[in-house]
Amino acid sequence: MAIKALRPTQEGVVFLLAACLFIGFALFLNNFLTVGNILALVQSVSILGILSLGMALVVIGRGIDLAMVATMVVAVAWAMVLAQANIPLGGALLAGAIFVVTVGTVTGIIVAYAEIPAIFTTLAMGAIVYGFGRTFFFQIDVQNSPSGYGWFDFLGHGTIFRVPAPVIAFGVVALLVFLVLKWTRFGRFVYATGDNPLTARICGVPTRVLIVAQYIVSGLIAFLAGIVMAANVSGMNTRIYNSTMIYDVLLVVVLGGIGLSGGRGGVRNVLVGTALVGILLNGMTILNIGYTEQNLIKSMILLGAIIIDTLINPRDEQTAQQGDI
Amino acid sequence: MKFRLLSTIAMALALSFLFLGTLRAEDTGLDQVGRKEYLDVVKGKKVVFIPISMGFDITESWAAIWKKQAAELGYNLEIRDPNWSTDAGTKALTALISEKPDLIIVHNPDIQSYARLLKRAQDQGIKVLQVNMPSVTLTDSYVGADWVTLGEVEANELVAHCGAGKGPSTKIAFVQGVVNGAANIYLKRGITNVLSQHPEIKMVSDQAASYDPAKARAIMETVLQQHPDLCGAVGVWDDADVGIGAAVQAAGKTGQVFIVTSGAGNKTACDNIEKGLLTMDVSYNTPLQGNIASQQIAELLQSPDKAGLRKSVFYGPLTKITKDNINQRNCWTMNDLK
Repeated sequence: MAIKALRPTQEGVVFLLAACLFIGFALFLNNFLTVGNILALVQSVSILGILSLGMALVVIGRGIDLAMVATMVVAVAWAMVLAQANIPLGGALLAGAIFVVTVGTVTGIIVAYAEIPAIFTTLAMGAIVYGFGRTFFFQIDVQNSPSGYGWFDFLGHGTIFRVPAPVIAFGVVALLVFLVLKWTRFGRFVYATGDNPLTARICGVPTRVLIVAQYIVSGLIAFLAGIVMAANVSGMNTRIYNSTMIYDVLLVVVLGGIGLSGGRGGVRNVLVGTALVGILLNGMTILNIGYTEQNLIKSMILLGAIIIDTLINPRDEQTAQQGDI
Repeated sequence: MKFRLLSTIAMALALSFLFLGTLRAEDTGLDQVGRKEYLDVVKGKKVVFIPISMGFDITESWAAIWKKQAAELGYNLEIRDPNWSTDAGTKALTALISEKPDLIIVHNPDIQSYARLLKRAQDQGIKVLQVNMPSVTLTDSYVGADWVTLGEVEANELVAHCGAGKGPSTKIAFVQGVVNGAANIYLKRGITNVLSQHPEIKMVSDQAASYDPAKARAIMETVLQQHPDLCGAVGVWDDADVGIGAAVQAAGKTGQVFIVTSGAGNKTACDNIEKGLLTMDVSYNTPLQGNIASQQIAELLQSPDKAGLRKSVFYGPLTKITKDNINQRNCWTMNDLK
């Protein structure tokens, strides 16, 4: 097992990098290796982690969902608007979920049946969803969550044995995605389709339906991440649609070693990618490194990881033919 | 005879009514001196507002006030919303320079991006009013907060609460917004001005959250792990700094950490003060800013001066909002403005 973990794959490289950083910070930074700080570290990336799990599922199926952040902010902000208009929170969230399923279905149909590349479809869908939301669902770009719902507050602020609820949510989603990918027919079909869509289809896998289902699932995972986020900071800030968040999500996925050509990787890769980003952010915040320098260091470490991966795993004929995005 | 008497009385009565009638006409008053000239010159003028983005308290409150003014005075107000994209804003501004409106109102995303374009607009004879977020180019008018003073006010509050022997420690954290924005740059100067006089105050963290409450929360959580005895936190915008409050509350340190930030004075911020997420909000009262800018709009549209001839700056009042002065004047809602 130890040998397998050290096998020079991208995942291995990133894992080693994360481990080195972790040990380095633990040795040289005061209060890094405390239960409180580790929990804060995981909590700070748990929403990113949940989103990355959804993205991973789509990428494994040889797709990409650039509309995740837009879907998340619009659906959750709309649910908050409805809740402010005295609709019970459960009903408001159900309305948000229906919206998400609709968006996922439309995206899926365009990708699966019209065969428009997922990268363009979801890029456009993101803008459409956000524009639609801004025009019809909400006018103010920060929507506060309603108060007086115990379970909702717990999702944001509660703890079980000191573990914050967002971390638990991340863990539960990770476990579910792991089980689905490993043990269900849907999961195995996702791998088959991602690895070779034509072969999968000839073998009888309903690839088109499967693609539609993928986008619905990724949308619902994004919605869940949004609910946790809204509970955590008492509202949904739709401005994050304009931030680099969707690229951070993609970064976690790719950095963890899930190839954009599909069919490879799993939940473990997402966990490794999330861990590296989390350790980096936490360490740099403790070191009180400035904003610009943080971006510089982050980018250099990421570029370094990719270069090391290319050195260890040079391009062969197969990877060159499949290509990257 | 009788008939003549009656007709004389009738005529006298009729005359007196007529006389009274003229008197009543004079009672309706005179036209206010200068009013017609004012309305005539302002009517039909074209004013375009480029905000950083619509959809949040600050810009929505200004727009509500100016829309009302435009309807009353008959000038055309257009809003070109770049939705947080500096690039889209630059394009809008470039297009406007060739459209030549009478006045451009600009809310700068940062101090550099529009600076050259604003100078070009002035050279082309377009008047420019900058609101709340100035660029490095001084134009006809700036109306908004005095960010340096605002930073000093915030820092002085922290000195008062976290000076030696006053709080649990003398440690404070600074959670910045968008680092190249005017608010952030000048507010930081104000904070530095004060803290350089008070070396006992230790700034243990100086990080940027890019106006994202989730990021502010993550930063604050880490800082509180490192410095459980933190005494104060200073932020730039209340809208995002509720994230600081959420982290402090989650750590069970409400009341220990003095959280001071600034903002528009919207009711939402006041609610957050009541919930204990913020301790003090230094408000620049955006409806008031909107009214002051209205005066500047009227003045710039009336003035025959060439664009850029006279440059004026006006800083609106600052109000420290705490639990003690949450009232309707300090905490406005959008409905108050409509």
